[in-house]
Amino acid sequence: MTTATPTRPAPPAPSVDPAPWDVPRWRRFIPTPKFLTLGVVALVIAYLAIVPLYYLFWGTFFDESGFTFSGFERAYGNHQIFSLVGNSLWFAVGAAAVSLVIGTALAYLNVRTDVPFKALFFAASIIPLVIPGILYTIAWILLGSPDIGLINHYLEPVFGRAVIDVFSVWGMIWVEGLQLSPIVFLLMVASFRSMDPSLEESALMSGASRWTVFRKVTVPLARPAIVAAILIMVVRSLESFEVPALLGLQNGTYVFTSRIYFVLRDYPPDLSAAGALAIGLLVIAIIGVVISNFAGRASKNYQTVTGKGFRPRPMELGKWRPVAGVLIVGYFLLTVIAPLLVLLYTSLLKFYAPPSKDTLKSMTLDNYRALAHTADAITALKNSLILGLSSATLVMAFMAIAAWIVVRSKIRGRKVLDGLAFLPLVVPGLVMGLALSFVYLRSPIPIYGTLFILLISYCTRYLPYGMRYSVTSMQQISNELEESALVNGASWWQTFRRVLLPLLMPGLIAGWIYILVVSFRELSSSILLYSPGNEVLSILIFEQFENGQFTVLSALGVVMVLTLVVLVTVAYKLGAKVGLKQD
Amino acid sequence: MLEVQNLIKTFDGERQKRRSRKQVSGNGEAPRVFAVNDVSFKVEPGELFTLLGPSGCGKSTTLRSIAGLEQPDAGVVSVGGNVLFAAGGTQKRVNVPANKRGLGMVFQSYAIWPHMSVFENVAFPLRVRPRRQRPGKREITERVERVLETMELLQYAERHATKLSGGQQQRLALARAIVIEPSLLLLDEPLSNLDAKLRESLRFELKRLQRELGITSIYVTHDQIEALSLSSSIAVMRAGEVVQLGKPRAIYENPSSKFVAEFIGTSNFLDGTVASRDGDRHVVETRDGRLALDSGAHVTPGTEVVVSIRPEAVMLSTDHPAGAENVWEGNVTTRAFLGDAVDHVVTVGKHEIRARCLPHISHAPGTTVYLDMQPGKLSLVPVD
Repeated sequence: MTTATPTRPAPPAPSVDPAPWDVPRWRRFIPTPKFLTLGVVALVIAYLAIVPLYYLFWGTFFDESGFTFSGFERAYGNHQIFSLVGNSLWFAVGAAAVSLVIGTALAYLNVRTDVPFKALFFAASIIPLVIPGILYTIAWILLGSPDIGLINHYLEPVFGRAVIDVFSVWGMIWVEGLQLSPIVFLLMVASFRSMDPSLEESALMSGASRWTVFRKVTVPLARPAIVAAILIMVVRSLESFEVPALLGLQNGTYVFTSRIYFVLRDYPPDLSAAGALAIGLLVIAIIGVVISNFAGRASKNYQTVTGKGFRPRPMELGKWRPVAGVLIVGYFLLTVIAPLLVLLYTSLLKFYAPPSKDTLKSMTLDNYRALAHTADAITALKNSLILGLSSATLVMAFMAIAAWIVVRSKIRGRKVLDGLAFLPLVVPGLVMGLALSFVYLRSPIPIYGTLFILLISYCTRYLPYGMRYSVTSMQQISNELEESALVNGASWWQTFRRVLLPLLMPGLIAGWIYILVVSFRELSSSILLYSPGNEVLSILIFEQFENGQFTVLSALGVVMVLTLVVLVTVAYKLGAKVGLKQD
Repeated sequence: MLEVQNLIKTFDGERQKRRSRKQVSGNGEAPRVFAVNDVSFKVEPGELFTLLGPSGCGKSTTLRSIAGLEQPDAGVVSVGGNVLFAAGGTQKRVNVPANKRGLGMVFQSYAIWPHMSVFENVAFPLRVRPRRQRPGKREITERVERVLETMELLQYAERHATKLSGGQQQRLALARAIVIEPSLLLLDEPLSNLDAKLRESLRFELKRLQRELGITSIYVTHDQIEALSLSSSIAVMRAGEVVQLGKPRAIYENPSSKFVAEFIGTSNFLDGTVASRDGDRHVVETRDGRLALDSGAHVTPGTEVVVSIRPEAVMLSTDHPAGAENVWEGNVTTRAFLGDAVDHVVTVGKHEIRARCLPHISHAPGTTVYLDMQPGKLSLVPVD
């Protein structure tokens, strides 16, 4: 088009006096603050996402002699490999199935029926999300171990010794499934809420029974969400470390993650064999994510979201209402109250024993007193706080700007940035830990063995969550709000700070809280990166578990859960203040 | 005041793709490539200039190019002699960023910041000025209050902006746009979010304010009634181009094309051939009879033309009107009572002609009527 313009009449000469914006030529090459900010953010994201993976591959395939497959040979070149892959898939699919059934049922009951105790019910369904995985697993050991498990203790008179054994693939599936079910619950709640109830009502009006409606209308409509949930849960369980390490290692049931950990514990650690296993796990995880994205895209034409806000009329359960109520209270007792109570109970004992008159009488706060005088425990709590607060703050600050690049700017390559920020999601924590140790063992900067390497790991792992939270809230802000600030004379930075940031705040705080919670429970990458004297809470609990210090560990666990509850409550209170005032 | 010259903007991100397709398509009709294609117009100080057209015609893109929110590919935009944008050809590239243009703009959604009070919303444009140009605290308060008073919003100053009603939000958006006393006010479909009644009252309100404040304004709308009632000039746009530019009455009475006649109001179109011309007086031969009409177009006899007849220019009667020039006989097919008018569809030969009559004139379907069309009220439109 530009070639056509010279034939047009020349425009009037620009005004004679130089306007303030008429910057001299040399000044144009000095980057503006906006350019600098965006550039730094993009570079940091790219660095965090790419460098660890690059070194992982490099460290796996190259040794002193050059390119090699020897790591792969050592990792996969034995007959155990079949049981490894078999166990991994069995565990992952089983846990996904458990979480799917529980999560979907709870979500349907909560959103679509007049089930009793809705508020309690909602809380109960998502509380396991706040309890750190390692504590939840240990609590289930205290409940379901064949030797000391309380459930076995109480069932013994009726069914005989050791009815349930948590140290089995079934036990692993059960504990992991319970831990994942809140995520399925949240996914399915969103899906059921967005479903137009008139679709179901019209099926009812055409004479279908409740059950038929559920099978023929509800489930097919929710299928995209279900498929997505299955795949996400399979990948999450494949990447899970706590459950396989605590429950599987006892009886030699290895999955990828526990195997990597096992290989690295040998002396000297076989880094390239661990790398080979990590790459295998990475490939499986990527395949899962790719399929789930593909399934998500294919289901676009299934979307029932109309954008209209409607309040689905709850379905009446009738005579089943009390039954549902009892089931829900039972579920709540079994999956939330029992694990927390058993931790609390254990934390008050000198030696672990099943509850009896004697043990109840000898309860004491000695373990808590001991904690207060243990330097390790104080350091760990401090470290966890530092890491949680700083990684949440750093990630959300960077991602707020990255979200602007991805959603609002027209900068070329903004989609690449989005992809890079998504990348760490497919990297299991253990693999990230291994990859980062590949990087910083070689790095001349003395980061390895400090808290800083944990911070890098946390920031990298939680990039994707930060990105999702900020992109979603950025998309909800109308473009015109930003444009009108620009037209009214605000610079980019002023617009960002005074218009976008306040409007983004609720979303940013939600993301901040989420990252804070998950960083407290982080174990799988920390376990490869921490150094003695620099433990975080989850590591300290892991160490105490290995030493068999159940009572002290439980006290520490109670402190950890309380800390989390306080932090989250305070954050919500503060968040409500800075958020949009509704009245 | 405002001068837009040869403004060109291709669709975002499609430039590459479209260009290659254009090459493939060879000598055939060039595909539509432009969001805005070679748009030029001038706006005099104090005018309310309207860009009117159907959705996708490029009117909003033009406005946003003036605001600096879109970057045109080529063209010149200047306000009061200052070049805000220039690109293409041999000229020096100028692109003043949107936040340095010093214009006022009212958005379609009003874009009122929900996290600020009414006062803070209006104060924002003053507060974000570069330090040296920023007025003092007291002056900001004074100016904001003065504007809020003009807009009758002063009593809501401390209220949260989202708590205002639709009409109040609209006035708030306007207050925010004029608080810096911009040389040019841009309005992007500012009334389209309101219900019909409110829209009508605010239309007059807007016209009064614009005249009192004397701000040169560019108004974008797809609503012809808004355009006709508010504007001092109108540019009708279609597919990225200005198809007619002029005073509202001139455009309504003498549309330059079938598109304009159809878009602004409704019209009957009759194909025909010019039989003779004497001065302004043309006689057009149509399939169902002759029509005499006055037009400054001076079309040579023998040319095929389209005659545009506004429904309200057709008068119906059951008796043959005496002394009228264009009288046709027809049969009423349908009738619709609209309250302030009665619409009739009359069949004449093979044509259906729509006639809008005063409410007391009403002919039942089946009635034979005479159509009286005054030569001064018909217009000639070129064949597409």
